[in-house]
Amino acid sequence: MMDRLKNGVWLIPLLFLVLACIPFIADALGEPFYITFFARVLIYALAACALNIILGFAGLVSFGHALFIGLGCYAVGILGFFDISNGWLQLLAALAVCALVALFVGTVCLRTSGIGFIMITLAFAQMFYFLMVSMTMFGGDDGLNIFMPSDFGFFELSGSREVYWATWAVLLLLTIFLFRFRKSPFGLVLRATHLNPRRVNALGYSVFKVQLAAYILSGMITGVAGFLLANLTAFASPSYMSWHMSGELIVMLVIGGLGTVTGPIFGSIIYLVMEEVFKGITQHWMLLMGPLIVIIAMLTRNGVDFMKLLRINTNPSEGVDRADETKPAAAGDAS
Amino acid sequence: MDSSLFLSQLLNGVQLGVLLFLLSSGLTLIFGIMNFINLAHGSLYMVGAFIGAAAFNASGSFVFAVMAGMLASAAVGLLLEHGIARPLYRYDHLYQVLATFGLMMFFNELAIVIFGSRPYYAGIPDYLSGAVTVFGSPYPVYRILIIVVGILVAVGAWYLIQKTRFGMLIRAGASNSNMVSVLGVNIDLLKKLLFMLGAALAGLAGALAGPILSVQSGMGEPVLILALVVIVVGGIGSIRGALVAAMIIAIIDTLGRAYMPQLLAPFMVPTSANAVGPALASMLIYILMALVLAFKPDGILAPRKR
Repeated sequence: MMDRLKNGVWLIPLLFLVLACIPFIADALGEPFYITFFARVLIYALAACALNIILGFAGLVSFGHALFIGLGCYAVGILGFFDISNGWLQLLAALAVCALVALFVGTVCLRTSGIGFIMITLAFAQMFYFLMVSMTMFGGDDGLNIFMPSDFGFFELSGSREVYWATWAVLLLLTIFLFRFRKSPFGLVLRATHLNPRRVNALGYSVFKVQLAAYILSGMITGVAGFLLANLTAFASPSYMSWHMSGELIVMLVIGGLGTVTGPIFGSIIYLVMEEVFKGITQHWMLLMGPLIVIIAMLTRNGVDFMKLLRINTNPSEGVDRADETKPAAAGDAS
Repeated sequence: MDSSLFLSQLLNGVQLGVLLFLLSSGLTLIFGIMNFINLAHGSLYMVGAFIGAAAFNASGSFVFAVMAGMLASAAVGLLLEHGIARPLYRYDHLYQVLATFGLMMFFNELAIVIFGSRPYYAGIPDYLSGAVTVFGSPYPVYRILIIVVGILVAVGAWYLIQKTRFGMLIRAGASNSNMVSVLGVNIDLLKKLLFMLGAALAGLAGALAGPILSVQSGMGEPVLILALVVIVVGGIGSIRGALVAAMIIAIIDTLGRAYMPQLLAPFMVPTSANAVGPALASMLIYILMALVLAFKPDGILAPRKR
């Protein structure tokens, strides 16, 4: 019992219980804005968890994950544009498009590593950004209004509350999945590719295939976040694909701790709450946020773990976790 | 196709290529020798454009304006190197990306606070505002000036890198910076100078581009992305690769935007050619990048590493 408390397994149900209370607290306070705000937080958390699969577990810095958020958004927007509001169909389209694009982009990007990977993922995200900007048929730069919420038959994502609960449920499933995934055979091989790709190849795994599978999985889950975001804002815009979005996701992940299970959720809560506080202080909130991000980068590079400072164990684990015992080599030591 | 129109589009492409080369040569050198990815390079370009435009509006001297833009960027570059880049050289690229991303946010907002969010007017002197006849069609003098400056900088960079002691140390540092340091060279100073040089080139590009593009917050980002594509295609760390790739990318991009709808016209109905053309044109250079990576993952002119 004490052990379980200590290694943080109870944290997951506790966290989701607290998150489940938020709509009721917001109602009690008479502030429906909080539901919308926290729905956005949970959607970002979902995307950050997805990014964590490729960046945290595999150590591949994807600076273009907003691409998949945008694809998920436009799956809702473009199908809605053609009067198709069936949620299952939209979700299927989002997943299929994200998987296909991730397959293509991943195949090209994973030919390089390190710095090349960062720049190419960024460039591909920009490519789709400019593609959507020049598609005047679907609103171009102005974006696309979504008039019909996704309809799943037994419920519609018709308001912030519905989106909140749907995101809450998806995030809970994803967290349980990631909790098991980290120590699954695939998860262990994926994390090993970060520590020593050459040895993983020597063991008979294909590093490329493992990373590509993880990239596709990550892209598809991010697409679901985009799908939910489109329903929350009733809007699909190229700005959802911009690199600011990609950068923000990385910041959230770094605050929460790379490669942890619940870290990205805490990271996105902290980041977005800070953003909201700064927005309350001044309209030029980026003047405060920018330097803060620099400070975060400076602190975490030396291994400062914000979650440890807050005494939150973001890596609930039962039993021995072998892959944790070795730290990835610093950039300079590689090869 | 009208041949004189084609030629002036080609010159536009070369002129964009020159600007891209000014940006990407600094970026690729900084990466090559310091292993540092600087997303704030676009902000240095923006600093050059704003300071250049403000200096011109205040003084009326174009030469002074360009100098001011370059110096301001170099000074900001020096501060960045000392305060932020230097402590991050040895660490994972993730933290470099994060820190420079934060800086970019900061500079964009700072530009809005100081100059407002509407485009800032950048003028050119009268003696540069005319047009000359090139290949039988009029072409703005100012754009020709950009091309000439670009050629001079390219020649200057080649001389600096290949023929001077400073250049020799840079090349040696790119191959093995520890060894250069052990041989008694002040590698820290070398890095600082190189960072400032890259920043000054970005500032030059910004000051030159100001009058033909709109000077506003965030103007550095689209060109930064293009510069990243350029250095990936050209081979990271290679200044020659940056030159070749900048020209290829800029010309393909410019001609694609100008002619793609016409090229598609025979195969499609006009309305869809007009819709698909611009979309396809904006994707062309990324498709090129994907093709280059598929066959040459290190870029077309990758430097040989030891």
